[in-house]
Amino acid sequence: MIVRISGEGQYRLDDADAQRLNELENAVGEIVEGGSEDGFDDAFAAVLDYVRTHGTLLGDDELEVSDVIVPPADISFEEASREFSGEGLIPD
Amino acid sequence: MAGLTGRMSTVVKAKVSKLLDRAEDPGETLDYSYQKQVEQLQNVKKGIADVVTAKKRLQMQESSLQQSVVKLDTQARQALAAGNEELAKAALERKNVAQTELQSLDTQVSELEDQQQKLTDSEQKLRAKIEAFRTKKEVIKAQYSAAEAQVRISEAATGVGEQMADVGLAMQRAVDKTENMRARADAVSELEAAGTFDDVTQLGGGEDDIDRQLKQLSSAPAVEDELAKMKSELGSGAQQPAPAAQIPAPGAEGAPADAAQPGESGAPS
Repeated sequence: MIVRISGEGQYRLDDADAQRLNELENAVGEIVEGGSEDGFDDAFAAVLDYVRTHGTLLGDDELEVSDVIVPPADISFEEASREFSGEGLIPD
Repeated sequence: MAGLTGRMSTVVKAKVSKLLDRAEDPGETLDYSYQKQVEQLQNVKKGIADVVTAKKRLQMQESSLQQSVVKLDTQARQALAAGNEELAKAALERKNVAQTELQSLDTQVSELEDQQQKLTDSEQKLRAKIEAFRTKKEVIKAQYSAAEAQVRISEAATGVGEQMADVGLAMQRAVDKTENMRARADAVSELEAAGTFDDVTQLGGGEDDIDRQLKQLSSAPAVEDELAKMKSELGSGAQQPAPAAQIPAPGAEGAPADAAQPGESGAPS
């Protein structure tokens, strides 16, 4: 499984890691959906951490397509909320 | 995957496929992607230049504000030595506002430096991927039948396309940040243009808009503290009222201003 952290790079993870990553990611989603910033930074950091520690960084010259794209590490709660509600970082 | 990353992935994928679909004829895909890649690389370079320009502008404002801080500090001391506490206080209020602005400019400059670094990294990554794409397409063409080569090349193009979309996002964020800073820089310019950090000896008798604004912007306790500190440093000097004429006229500031450091400068020698 290839995971990109936007603005940082792509990592190769075991397919078996997908489930744990999904759980961590859902936790972030729940916080954002709840509308309160509490715990957002920690929860999002846990996602980034998991990818960085369990994955191997791809070389810049590898042309792989990512299965999952994680927003930039410096995303704010506000930006994440907009992203979630569909008026995201990247205009459609 | 649900939530944030799901949404992010979907949008990026849609962008990439839009980017590649533009070429209807499979034979064109290659040329078209390559042309787009090179264009994007130019855009990133321009983006970096814009961030650098914005940063330079803020740095120029910083150095001009630093000079104001030194000048206002000197004037406050001179006013106090001449027994004009009101004028000293006015100078310190201005100094306080200028210092606050300086701190905020500092933060913004380092934020822009951060953006510059990110874009430079992005540019490097994209350049490497484009180079890899160029090499890979030749290898693929040599090894596979035309039809299969097309499929493989378009996979590789999608890989580069994703990097392009990612660089696009980094640029968008840099532009947003730069624009915020520009607005901030304009606000500081307005304060400067309004004479906020000018020579206090040019102050008129009545309280004008600037004075009222300053009172709101400056921190009263900090100004009082500094005034008290200056008084104790000046010792008995502050208790001997002297004519306000001792304060140098505008344009004739004393030499100490050049030697003093911004912020915690010592008494003029």
